[in-house]
Amino acid sequence: MTIDLTLIPDGGVSWLDASGPDSHIVLSTRIRLARNLQGRAFSVRAAGADREDILAQVAAAGERTRILKDGAFFRLDQLTRLERQLLHERHLVSKELAGLEHVGDVRQAAAVLTNGALGVMINEEDHLRVQSLQSGFAITKAYTDLERLDTDLGARLPVAFHPEFGYLTSCPTNTGTGLRASVLIHLPGLVLTKEIAKVLQGLSQVGLTFRGLYGEGSEVVGNFFQLSNQTTLGKSEEELLDHLGKIVRQVIEYEEQARAVLQRDAPAVIADKVWRAYGLLRYARSLSFEETMNLLSGVRLGVGLNLITQLSVYSLNKLMIFTQPAHLAQMENRALTDPELPISRATYVRRMLESDAARASGEPGRDP
Amino acid sequence: MQCDNCQEREAAIHLTQIVDNKVTTVHLCEQCAAEKGVNTGSSVAKFPLSDFLASLGKGAAAALPAGAEPRECTFCGATLQDFRETGRLGCPHCYETFEPHLRDLLRRLHGSSQHVGEVYLPPSRAQSDSQRQLSDLREQLRRAVDSENFELAAELRDRIRVLE
Repeated sequence: MTIDLTLIPDGGVSWLDASGPDSHIVLSTRIRLARNLQGRAFSVRAAGADREDILAQVAAAGERTRILKDGAFFRLDQLTRLERQLLHERHLVSKELAGLEHVGDVRQAAAVLTNGALGVMINEEDHLRVQSLQSGFAITKAYTDLERLDTDLGARLPVAFHPEFGYLTSCPTNTGTGLRASVLIHLPGLVLTKEIAKVLQGLSQVGLTFRGLYGEGSEVVGNFFQLSNQTTLGKSEEELLDHLGKIVRQVIEYEEQARAVLQRDAPAVIADKVWRAYGLLRYARSLSFEETMNLLSGVRLGVGLNLITQLSVYSLNKLMIFTQPAHLAQMENRALTDPELPISRATYVRRMLESDAARASGEPGRDP
Repeated sequence: MQCDNCQEREAAIHLTQIVDNKVTTVHLCEQCAAEKGVNTGSSVAKFPLSDFLASLGKGAAAALPAGAEPRECTFCGATLQDFRETGRLGCPHCYETFEPHLRDLLRRLHGSSQHVGEVYLPPSRAQSDSQRQLSDLREQLRRAVDSENFELAAELRDRIRVLE
């Protein structure tokens, strides 16, 4: 592989370090702003030459900002499919930008400039998708940094803005602020107590929406949900974020209550579920991605309830990212066939759990 | 089988309707079906907006006098039909070309069409003096808050309020 992710601080996975607030329940907070340049067709309709111009203009502006001047720059249309998948698995680019929605369908001049925590996707559905990714439940921090970057870019670029409609975007669902904030949250307690349907139903009534792990169109796996604002127009950025923050805070409380109920009413069942998940991850020789995610959900619950102590949330977060196909291929330094993937995944998971357990007990390879 | 409407393309959608206890089946190609506002399974799956867009086609667009409907965006050539099919506009000018339609759609999507968030300030000469002054003051305010100089911050905030 030619792609060098060491160019990005921490390989772009600093948000996995579980250092953020409420990181036992909230994995990450992501906010993006959709922006477009004046006098150009939106990316989907723009000619190749136009997109090249847009790329040159945005990249030049980005490299002059304080935040992105040392950022890593990747042209997606010059990378292999596996490399693009790697960037997508790291949450550095969207599935659409990586051209993974259809076979061999990467848009000419699709690119990303990123320092891991902050970045700008170029020639996504909108010319710019400026984004910020933080560990844990950190809406204010994520937005403060993002707003600074957006202001810096706006000072150098002619952005399409309408006095009534606000920032103009390719899809009218993003018009106005262009802001979408998503909180990636783990809700096994609510799923196990069967309260989750009520919570998700309630979300739509208060103008929020939920998605799976990889955003729009992705399925919910491992009890991970992305909660985000549905509307982008008619409310200020602060109002949108404040509202999302309040609701997420409530969902965190519900989840904590559900976990308390589980521990009070069914401690043996929960302990068994959690340790079975750990046992399978620790000793299985073949694991599908979906099974891994579901088992990791059980183990994460066990860590949250202090039933499992020899494993850090950071390791759990890393397992979620590094057990994906392109990451496994990168570690093995070759493309893996379909039958090889689950075996490679199980080996990686086993080694990681072994080394965490050894570190926790002070002796190599000993079980609790 | 040919499309009942255009008699040209292959029919892909077979629409059965029951009106006054009479069953009629119409065979349409994808394009004509879309023009008639028929929701096909594929377009629903691809574009959650399709409900809105379909109602936009029947409601807002139909309410306008036929001659008044803009055929296409003079900048990018996109038509309302393109928008209904893809759920995506062609360029920033489309917002002006299709303004009444979009205002209606935005209100339905967001509950409002009036942006109240951050205002984009153009980089250079287009900026009026008061806007420039405001953005300078805001920048100063940001720095004052960053450096925890709250007395200065309060004064700057008051000056910004006057200008706003």
